[in-house]
Amino acid sequence: MQQKTKGLKAAFPYTIPIMTGYLFLGMAFGILLNSKGYHFGWAVLMSIFIYAGSMQFVAVNLLTLAFNPLNAFLITLMVNARHLFYGLSMLGKFKGTGNKKPYLIFGLTDETYSILCSAEPPESMDKNGFMFSVTILNQFYWVAGSAAGALLGAVFTFNAKGIDFVMTALFVVIFVSQWQSQKKHAPAAIGIAVSVTCLLIFGPDHFIIPAMGLITLVLTVFKKHIETEAQT
Amino acid sequence: MTLTSHQSLITVLVIAAATILTRALPFALFPDNRETPKYIVYLGQVLPYALMGFLVVYCLKGISLISSPFGIPEAIGIICVVFLYLWRKNILLSIAGGTMAYMVLVQTVFS
Repeated sequence: MQQKTKGLKAAFPYTIPIMTGYLFLGMAFGILLNSKGYHFGWAVLMSIFIYAGSMQFVAVNLLTLAFNPLNAFLITLMVNARHLFYGLSMLGKFKGTGNKKPYLIFGLTDETYSILCSAEPPESMDKNGFMFSVTILNQFYWVAGSAAGALLGAVFTFNAKGIDFVMTALFVVIFVSQWQSQKKHAPAAIGIAVSVTCLLIFGPDHFIIPAMGLITLVLTVFKKHIETEAQT
Repeated sequence: MTLTSHQSLITVLVIAAATILTRALPFALFPDNRETPKYIVYLGQVLPYALMGFLVVYCLKGISLISSPFGIPEAIGIICVVFLYLWRKNILLSIAGGTMAYMVLVQTVFS
C-alpha cells in the first residue's frame, strides 16, 4: 500500500498538464451528455468503460441518433484506429509488466501515451509502477471531471474558453523535447509533414486513417535510410 | 433521450468494446513470449516521434486558414510554448504559459 502511495506521488508531477486538460474536457463532456438527458451515472459509466476522450464526444452524438450498434462499432474503430499505432510503439515498454499490462493497455489514451513515451521515471522508482500510476491518475482525472460536469452543469460559470489548448501545448512540448533528444529528425518531420498533407487533402473529419497509413508507408520506404542515419 | 436506457447501454458497451479492440490488438498480435518481427520493432522505435507530430496536427485540425482568426491565437500560443520551453526547459511552465496566453487571446482580442 505504502509502495503504491509512493508511486502515485512520484508520478503525479508528470500528470499535472493532463489533470488540467482532463478535468476541463471531462467536465465539458459531462455537461454535453447531461444536456442530452443523460444523468451523471451515464457520464461516469462511459468515462470508466470507454475512456477515450474524443470518442466520447462522438458517442454523445451517437446516443442522439437512431439505435444502430453496428454503426457505433465501425465509427469507433475508425475514430480510434490511431490507438493501434500507439500499441505498436508500446510493445517494448509494456513487455514484462505482468498483471499491470491489461490496465496499461486499456488506459492508453493519446495523453497517457504521450507521457509514457516521453517521461523517464525517477531512478528510485519501479518503471512498471510508474507507468501504472500515470495511467490510473489520468483516468481518475477524466472520471472526476465527467462526473463534476454532469452534476454541476450550468452552475459552473468560470470562463474556461481556450483551456483545451493545454493538450496542444502538451504535445508541442513533448514534440520539441523529443526533437532535441534525437539526432535523427526524419520520423518527427515525417509525422508532421504527412499529417498536414493528409489534413489538407482529406479534411479534418477524414484525415486520421490516411495519415496513419501514409506515415507507416513513408517510415517503411525510408527504413534503411532512417536506420543508418540513427547509427551515425 | 432518443434511445431507451437499454439501447443506450448497448451502444455504450459496443463503443467500449471497439475501443478496447483498437488498444489491445497490437499486444494480442505480438505477445511477449514470441519474438516480435524486426520490422515491427523498427516501427515501434520510430512511431513515437512521428505520432507526436501527428498529435500536434490533430489538435490543430479545426483551424481555418482562410477565415478569421486564421489560426493566429494557436500560432501565438505555440510560439509561447516553444519559447518558454527552450528558455527554461520547464515543461509545466511552458504548458501553463502557452495555455494562459491562448486563453487570454481567445477571450479578449479574438473573442
